[in-house]
Amino acid sequence: MADTESTPSRPARHLDFSKVVKDLIVTTLIATAVFGSTIAFRTVSAAGGLGLEVRYDIAFYVIAAVVIGRLLLWIFVWSKPPGTSAVEMPVSIKSGLAKVSAKVGKGFGPTMLLFALVFPFLPFTDRYLLDLSILILTYVMLGWGLNIVVGLAGLLDLGYVAFYAIGAYSYALLAQYFGFSFWMCLPLAGILAAFWGIILGFPVLRLRGDYLAIVTLAFGEIIRIVLLNWYQFTGGPDGLSGIPRPSFFGLPFNRSEGGFADFFGLDYSSIHRIMFLYFLILALALLTNFVTNRLRRLPIGRAWEALREDEIACRSLGLNTTSVKLTAFAIGAMFAGFAGSFFATRQGFISPESFTFIESALILAIVVLGGMGSQTGVVIASIAMIGGFEIFREAEQFRMLIFGLAMVIIMIWRPRGLISTRIPSIFLKEKKKVSADMVAQGEGH
Amino acid sequence: MAHIVDDPVLSVEHLNMRFGGLLAVDELSFDVGRRDITALIGPNGAGKTTVFNCITGFYKPTEGRITARHETGETFLLERMDDFKIPKIAKVARTFQNIRLFGGMTVLENLMVGQHNTLMVASNYTFGGIFGLSGYKKAEKEAVELAKYWMEQAGLTKRADDAAGDLPYGDQRKLEIARSMCTKPKLLCLDEPAAGLNPRESEELNKLLLFIRKERDTGVLLIEHDMNVVMGISDHIIVLDYGKKIADGTPEEIRNDPSVIAAYLGVADEEVEEVEHEIEEGAS
Repeated sequence: MADTESTPSRPARHLDFSKVVKDLIVTTLIATAVFGSTIAFRTVSAAGGLGLEVRYDIAFYVIAAVVIGRLLLWIFVWSKPPGTSAVEMPVSIKSGLAKVSAKVGKGFGPTMLLFALVFPFLPFTDRYLLDLSILILTYVMLGWGLNIVVGLAGLLDLGYVAFYAIGAYSYALLAQYFGFSFWMCLPLAGILAAFWGIILGFPVLRLRGDYLAIVTLAFGEIIRIVLLNWYQFTGGPDGLSGIPRPSFFGLPFNRSEGGFADFFGLDYSSIHRIMFLYFLILALALLTNFVTNRLRRLPIGRAWEALREDEIACRSLGLNTTSVKLTAFAIGAMFAGFAGSFFATRQGFISPESFTFIESALILAIVVLGGMGSQTGVVIASIAMIGGFEIFREAEQFRMLIFGLAMVIIMIWRPRGLISTRIPSIFLKEKKKVSADMVAQGEGH
Repeated sequence: MAHIVDDPVLSVEHLNMRFGGLLAVDELSFDVGRRDITALIGPNGAGKTTVFNCITGFYKPTEGRITARHETGETFLLERMDDFKIPKIAKVARTFQNIRLFGGMTVLENLMVGQHNTLMVASNYTFGGIFGLSGYKKAEKEAVELAKYWMEQAGLTKRADDAAGDLPYGDQRKLEIARSMCTKPKLLCLDEPAAGLNPRESEELNKLLLFIRKERDTGVLLIEHDMNVVMGISDHIIVLDYGKKIADGTPEEIRNDPSVIAAYLGVADEEVEEVEHEIEEGAS
């Protein structure tokens, strides 16, 4: 028995002829309805107005391709005996993948860190790649920050970009009105964002699920619209420009005497500042990761995860769920505040346009794609999403389409994200990974 | 016919709970002894879980007073406290009819969450813990020791690093009790701990509950349908029907109480007269 089961290379074909014909007729009708109208007719500018170009032949080819494709699917994929999955990966590939991912998993973090540290000095690294990696690292940091709220505490936050905006505007405004330096503003921006995180936290304490998501979404929009309309204070749609650049502990990055290059006896190069920004965001991101990992092993972090698993059980054990939720919002927001003030100092110019809902969606997509709660997953997802955006910059019109498709395919393949296992925060004898099926997703999923 | 309790850890007095037009609990008064196992029984819909929810703060009672007493003489009025403060300050812990574990967290992690408040103080509300101060490390070690102790008692030591959601049903019940015990309660309220357990598992549960009473000086209040558990281990039984107390006494008294037999087990048609007669006799 075992032999026949292990060689399923030639399963018996089950083809119900009438069913296939019916399906193909329906396919033809749907394809005709869709492509008949969209491809067969095309408006062209002709002399004296618009003209209509008729392209029945192209429409016919497209419809034929759809029907033939469906027929091939029937013959080769859907004809397997019932019980076997339609798109099953061969066993050898599956186990191979598992082996590779287990091996990669162990050394992945340190390898990535080492690579990130030497990256700016590699021979092929140019200004463009450095800028791109600064962008990626910003999203890694934002992803890690949001991971606290969504991945650990299980509170779906669709307005995370608001805290990013608060961080950026805090720095810009404090620098403009009081002349504070970047290093003074960085903690202040974090504290202000955390404060606003608590402000958002209070009204949503009692909300769950969809309602929580909608209120956080509204909060994100409120912040953006206030920034847009408070013209006297924030500059409104004109934004704020002339935001001071960061200095290397008081040494500015310029050609002047006493600048960074002069002090260290180097030839002045504009890449120094970019490299500094790169290491700055790397340090900030690593701080986020370090603090998050540390918090996970403290009672507060376990309380976040317990909140995600079961809020009522938390209360029955004497956990004050109000403060557990508020700390999650506040600490998540604080890291967004840090990232925001970094963004402001890097750009030198900010406007409400940089903080639209699409940014929130992008950060959330990174967290979900990476696997909620997984720190490594966020890194992989950020590289894939932001790096992928850059690769497809040429195909600008289709960029979103390609991305949508890629996301759909990945989420079918791995519904709980790229890295879906949970690593326990404490163990007695052996650190066993917890499979995603056990882990609850929290509110709003 | 109220059962006299010398040193009550919990007193419920004139408890009323109204949901709209329905009076779920009606003028209920009873005491729970400090080192007793007290069972709250009654037919389905008698209001047992409602009483539990009032005691543990998940419902605010319409009327009545619920007092918890510690050995030190401190008293806590539970009906005025926030639900999370009842286990934290008044030290009354509970479990749930449908098990509520943190399924994606390991057995050990579940037990650590149970000690949240102690650890929170030890970590200086996170500020000390994040810088790795030694005070927190020591407290964490002690917390792991307490968790190990309860894993041992519940027979879960081998599964310490497995996800709680992976455990078999009986072990999940025991883990929920162990997790509540990690809050170091003075009174443990168990909502149908033996539901869905096989005879061997319910025997293990009995042992665990007797151990808790004997070694830990913790009172136990439990709702249960399994008469083996109720009659086997309780010191004191309270019977509810339609929100009213119909009997209160030792297992022996309850076993022979005709009104309990009538209400709880139901009465066969041919026996109705006989039972009514007995009740009348008992009343007079």
